Amino acid sequence: MKELVILSGKGGTGKTSLTAAFASLAGNMMLCDADVDAADLHLIMDPDIQETHDFAGGYEAEIIPDACTGCGQCMELCRFDAVKPVEGAGIFYIDGLACEGCGVCADLCPESAIKFEKKVCGQWFASSTRFGEMIHARLGIAEDNSGRLVALVRDEARKRVLANHIDILLTDGPPGIGCPVIASIGHANAVLIVTEPTVSGIHDMERVAQLAAHFKMPAMVCINKYDLNPDQARAIEVIAEKRNMEFVGKLPFDPAFTTAMVQGKSIMETHGDSPAATQIKEIWNRIMAHPAMKMDRLC
Amino acid sequence: MIISIASGKGGTGKTTVATNLCASLDTDLMLLDCDVEEPNAHLFLNPNFTGKEKVNAPVPKVDLSLCTYCKKCMNICRFGAIAVAGKTVVTFPELCHSCGGCTVVCPEKAITEIDRFIGTVETGSLNLPGSPSFGRGLMDIGQVMAPPVIRQVRKLEKEKELTIIDAPPGTSCPVIASMKGTDFVLLVTEPTPFGLHDLTLAVEAVKLLGIPCGIVINRAGIGNDGVKIYARNENIPILLEIPFDKDIASAYSKGELLVQALPEYKEIFKGLYTSIEAIVNRKGDA
Repeated sequence: MKELVILSGKGGTGKTSLTAAFASLAGNMMLCDADVDAADLHLIMDPDIQETHDFAGGYEAEIIPDACTGCGQCMELCRFDAVKPVEGAGIFYIDGLACEGCGVCADLCPESAIKFEKKVCGQWFASSTRFGEMIHARLGIAEDNSGRLVALVRDEARKRVLANHIDILLTDGPPGIGCPVIASIGHANAVLIVTEPTVSGIHDMERVAQLAAHFKMPAMVCINKYDLNPDQARAIEVIAEKRNMEFVGKLPFDPAFTTAMVQGKSIMETHGDSPAATQIKEIWNRIMAHPAMKMDRLC
Repeated sequence: MIISIASGKGGTGKTTVATNLCASLDTDLMLLDCDVEEPNAHLFLNPNFTGKEKVNAPVPKVDLSLCTYCKKCMNICRFGAIAVAGKTVVTFPELCHSCGGCTVVCPEKAITEIDRFIGTVETGSLNLPGSPSFGRGLMDIGQVMAPPVIRQVRKLEKEKELTIIDAPPGTSCPVIASMKGTDFVLLVTEPTPFGLHDLTLAVEAVKLLGIPCGIVINRAGIGNDGVKIYARNENIPILLEIPFDKDIASAYSKGELLVQALPEYKEIFKGLYTSIEAIVNRKGDA
């Protein structure tokens, strides 16, 4: 199997629109949406959900009011300011939004007055789409453990890719360079960084390029909306070369991306003959010709 | 007053709104860039950085001469950051959430905490009318714990009457760490299906925190009416619309502020602030 992870550092550069476009070029492929806290790929893929599973990622503490004697040890121990006094009652409660799920309060409460249970903090889905199978997820609002859920959806996708003899897994990654991004790239063949010719796009591309290098992950670069600022676009090509990342192409600004999105389609379906679509095909061919994409990854 | 600027979806214009609001008010406010994974506000404001502080997270260090291998540390740790096998103890600092549980629970007092570097907080001043202050966090490459870096940046908000926070995208822990305890959340979105979908998630997060919010529609004119219909149904005010405009996009690409490229926007951002102030005061009176 092969896996390409689409990243950007900066949000909103076109990761998901491009992933959707690649889906119609990749043949025998599977999709994985690894942006679990603001997932959008399903808006284009219109998945027919075949399986729904709960994701129990972490724990949350809860003080049983009747058992609490108000000794305050939990408040002293908590490093996350999650233990708060119940006003006028002489006892305490846990602020779920601040709770880190470490369980220190529960383990050390002298009255055993703190429940500490695993909680469901999201769901993941196995679906079929008009392009192939798709694994995606929904992290609960304000939940932790996005990295764990990303790792889980990728594991599930990779298992199915192997079992069903799929050629390539396309993983739509999250923005940033933190926990969920790191969870989205391990064991992949390569990452594609989608950037834009703006000072922010360049700055964030460099951070995500450093992250890829840190984890020894081969990286390629493409530019979306290059004609917004051709000088910055050239600067990106120079940076890509300096950082030993193959530059695989650039796309013009094209309102067809938004038009397609509004229709719940990829640009390849609605504007297959547009200059942007032609460029996307070339970019895809260059990606697949990259040495890192020639290797089969078994794990 | 603390205003946080969030979005759900990335790339909708959070930083554009934060930096231009900062540059329009002519007062000594504090702008904090809490997108510690990919901070961008400095690219538009060119702060004169004067202070730099390391952000460290405490992680365990085990003194094996005192350890009896009782495994209490391993049993209390929910993050798999410390393991005892036979006569060896291994720590995994990158998995540690710095809860301090292992240190407290060790009966032999064999565990102390040492600092692990996870990022930096930089502070400085801005060359703008009213001389606003600037702070930002920068998570070190390869690190996973954004919230401690964000919390460190937010310690600076006590210094000024008005703080503007540029939050990261998404709806999970780093976003909550950036919005929690603020007086108003300004949600920046774009009028597309992706923008709307992620806006609805961000609104749910804001509701959970019980903070008043308003919407800025950026790139107005593209896409469809979904965001407006949603805002009307949810009774969330749309406080500003910034049209899709090649001149605005081009200024942004070069790192120019919108209020520099198109000075008439300065009054528009002042008006945005007045609307926010009115909502926050109304809530205070109620």
